Amino acid sequence: MADVSLQTRLNPLAEKLKLRLDEDQLMNCMRCGFCLPACPTFRETGIEAESPRGRIALMKAVADGIMSPDEVFEEQMNHCLGCRACEPACPADVKYGQLIEQARDAIEDHTEQHRWWVKLARGAAFELMFPNQNRMRWLGKGIRFYQKSGLRTLARGIGVMKLLPKPMRDMEKIMPDASSHGVVEQIGTRHPAKGEKIATVGLFRGCIMDVLFTETNIHTVELLMEAGFEVVIPDTQNCCGALHAHSGEAEGARALARRNIQVFKDAGVDYIISNAGGCGAILTEYDHLLHEDPEWKEGAAWFAERVLDCSDLLVRYGRLPGFSEDESKKPVKDSEPVRITYQDSCHLRNVMRSSDAPRRLMRQVAGVEYVEMMEADRCCGSAGIYNLVQPEMAGQILDHKMEHVKTTEAHYLLTSNPGCLLQMKNGIEQHGLSDRMKAVHIVDFLHERMCSGCGSK
Amino acid sequence: MLQEDVKRELRSIVGNEDYKDDMQSLVTHSYDGTPMLQSLPDGVIYPADTREVSEVMKVLNRYRIPLISRGSGTNLCGGTVPVQGGVVMVMHRMNRILEVDLENLTATVQPGLNTKQFITHVEGLGLFYPPDPGSMAVSTIGGNIAECSGGLRGLKYGTTKDYVIGLEAVLASGEIIRTGGKLMKDVAGYDLTKLLVGSEGTLAVITEATLKLIPPPRYKKTMLAMYKDIYGAARTVSKIIENRIIPATLEFLDNPTIRVVDDFAKLGLPRDMEAILLIEQDGDMESVERDIASIEMICHSENAAQVSVAESAEEALKLMTARRSAFTALARLRPTTILEDATVPRSKIADMVLEINRIAQKFQVQICTFGHAGDGNLHPTATTDARDQEEIHRVEAAFEEIFEAAIKLGGTITGEHGVGLVKAPFLEWKVGSAGIEMMKAIKQGFDPLNLLNPGKMFAKESRKRVVIDRG
Repeated sequence: MADVSLQTRLNPLAEKLKLRLDEDQLMNCMRCGFCLPACPTFRETGIEAESPRGRIALMKAVADGIMSPDEVFEEQMNHCLGCRACEPACPADVKYGQLIEQARDAIEDHTEQHRWWVKLARGAAFELMFPNQNRMRWLGKGIRFYQKSGLRTLARGIGVMKLLPKPMRDMEKIMPDASSHGVVEQIGTRHPAKGEKIATVGLFRGCIMDVLFTETNIHTVELLMEAGFEVVIPDTQNCCGALHAHSGEAEGARALARRNIQVFKDAGVDYIISNAGGCGAILTEYDHLLHEDPEWKEGAAWFAERVLDCSDLLVRYGRLPGFSEDESKKPVKDSEPVRITYQDSCHLRNVMRSSDAPRRLMRQVAGVEYVEMMEADRCCGSAGIYNLVQPEMAGQILDHKMEHVKTTEAHYLLTSNPGCLLQMKNGIEQHGLSDRMKAVHIVDFLHERMCSGCGSK
Repeated sequence: MLQEDVKRELRSIVGNEDYKDDMQSLVTHSYDGTPMLQSLPDGVIYPADTREVSEVMKVLNRYRIPLISRGSGTNLCGGTVPVQGGVVMVMHRMNRILEVDLENLTATVQPGLNTKQFITHVEGLGLFYPPDPGSMAVSTIGGNIAECSGGLRGLKYGTTKDYVIGLEAVLASGEIIRTGGKLMKDVAGYDLTKLLVGSEGTLAVITEATLKLIPPPRYKKTMLAMYKDIYGAARTVSKIIENRIIPATLEFLDNPTIRVVDDFAKLGLPRDMEAILLIEQDGDMESVERDIASIEMICHSENAAQVSVAESAEEALKLMTARRSAFTALARLRPTTILEDATVPRSKIADMVLEINRIAQKFQVQICTFGHAGDGNLHPTATTDARDQEEIHRVEAAFEEIFEAAIKLGGTITGEHGVGLVKAPFLEWKVGSAGIEMMKAIKQGFDPLNLLNPGKMFAKESRKRVVIDRG
């Protein structure tokens, strides 16, 4: 079997992959293997096919006609978390994130393999909900009704939850209280800077963020105002398209991107600020997403170069307020300092390449001890909707993550992305740490500790 | 694909899950870190212990099926590409540190153990394992032993072979042998330990290794020197050694590399420099300071245009950036990066670099050279595109001439990457026909049926030597 130029009949998926996969990127992989230790699925399994080098070799083998894409191939492409930790590790700068999205996009047109509830959820999420912030709002109202009306108590009581698959059941448990009013409905669109204005920034509110973490959005606005930024929240902005792009719905992602570009251009902002690494990352990649669209190419580049995570904006350009632990609110005994640790958002770290700014902010809080968690830079297994569609692998990764979390003995586990935040809440709950540890968004943590009188409420 | 009864036997040894022959597994074990080589195996097997390796080998021996053992597949000589099919044996499940013996300062490990993990572990115990190949974050100890990996610290501390003092290995027959031990002295018979180190999986499958550990240096200092004259840099290297100073690291970048690195990392390096030397010394504080002061003087006396000594760990890191970025910067230039390792006596470094630059120009290819000046181990690196057949031919011709030049200067075709497939046609140039025959006899003795990593080390036909005729 020494000869690899064996002819394999090209099936329709193979044809599509051949067209979609960027040949230059496939060629750029020189198979040095430097990505292997960075990859969570390779680390869990030790199997080459579960590594970026392996997956790229599989894509290339399909494009070269050496193998035809079968079910195992599809499963392998979907097994990748998309954390993109392989990209900073790659000497040749292979755009792995783009390749895996191209592969999934081709697969998505063909697949019949989804589990029933995944299929149902995908259809509802990608076509009906995410593209429409009003519907997201209704979803918020629905969840809120469920949580507040006694329905949740009833559902849990009669055990109807057992009908749901375990990953969804776990998520239901830790779901924060949804809000029926988003950030704009609660505080309006335009917010002046405190003191001399440094720049005008547009807040990207995020669709899930604004339903489940509306408070965090409000806190972000207040923190930015305090640091000298005028904040605009264009109300017609919509979902960033990240979940679409990662799940092989590239066309859906592009449609969302075009609308966001238009909205923020019209708002005339200097920066576009995100407080969710997952959203921020795709926003910085709108230029790639629309690089084949002559009409939108320029606007996409304009947009992409203006995107910053709120931590980065604060550290780079802001007038930082003081942050201090309120002694009277300390969750622990006097003698013990409040300890905090941080779980990187993969996309904030590996795509937006921001890992220093959040750490610098955390170290500035007076009366708080920051502990670096071992392997904070590794994925927590949340990975968008990965924990729902690949529960086994996600569970394994979360278990390893929680061992490191435990070792820090932190009182607060901070993150910069709603998906990671939910997963960390989930981990804390599952590992019985709820009595001594809380997962909190970094913005909320900082906001609560802005020194007295400098918060707007 | 193997016969059903062979598969059944293999599965009964390792279990259903740990023998795989689906297309996904075959494709992902058809390559290693070497550009432009790919060949599908017939199956992939993941043994859990020595007994399983031995049982598997017995089955394969009975059916005359080749076995290619490998770790992470990062080698650069095509050493683990299954060119004749057969079963690829991945050692990742055998990845434990069995023992660190603090009385004898040895460690006993399984071959699938990650090199970096091992180094970190022994450092935690206040010990030091010096071999540090560029791929150590990925590679395995077993792979390092099979290829006799080198690294940046080779000049002062030696390479993998200097730290392997005992082995357990499975022969082609399935028999298990043990060589050496926790012994610094052992002359009982031929030194099979050393013979197996660097044998590239062609003589036996290594299943356990006993490694020598040493106390770590207490202090470290880094400096950088730049030269407008490449001979000045070369003389600096020779003079440092002549002065009885053996630096821990003595690295070199040539002008084409300096330009590429500067474009990539924006370090503001002077682009008219012909060479940069990066020097690091470790040991006791007093002797390190003394050595660095002497080296600084030597650099100046050889007309270094600029000499900087790091005063802190951060500064040291900054000085290292140029050298550390070299590979990354080169890898991003073009789709295909061919990293070679021609090696010469260190006194011939300047001659070799100038030869490489002349040859690159002759064949109109881009070759940048960096590497370990202290031990004469250079990495002429061609950046090209595998899709351009015509250019690839020129690159290959250039490398042939580079190998020839290295040998003429008293050097070798490979200093640390190994022979594998890529260098096999040139091995005879270095060792001669009698040398080849001797090596083949050794191979025959170990593996009479040619089942272990067949097609490597010995080419069907040796390449005819090109005669360089330039007066």
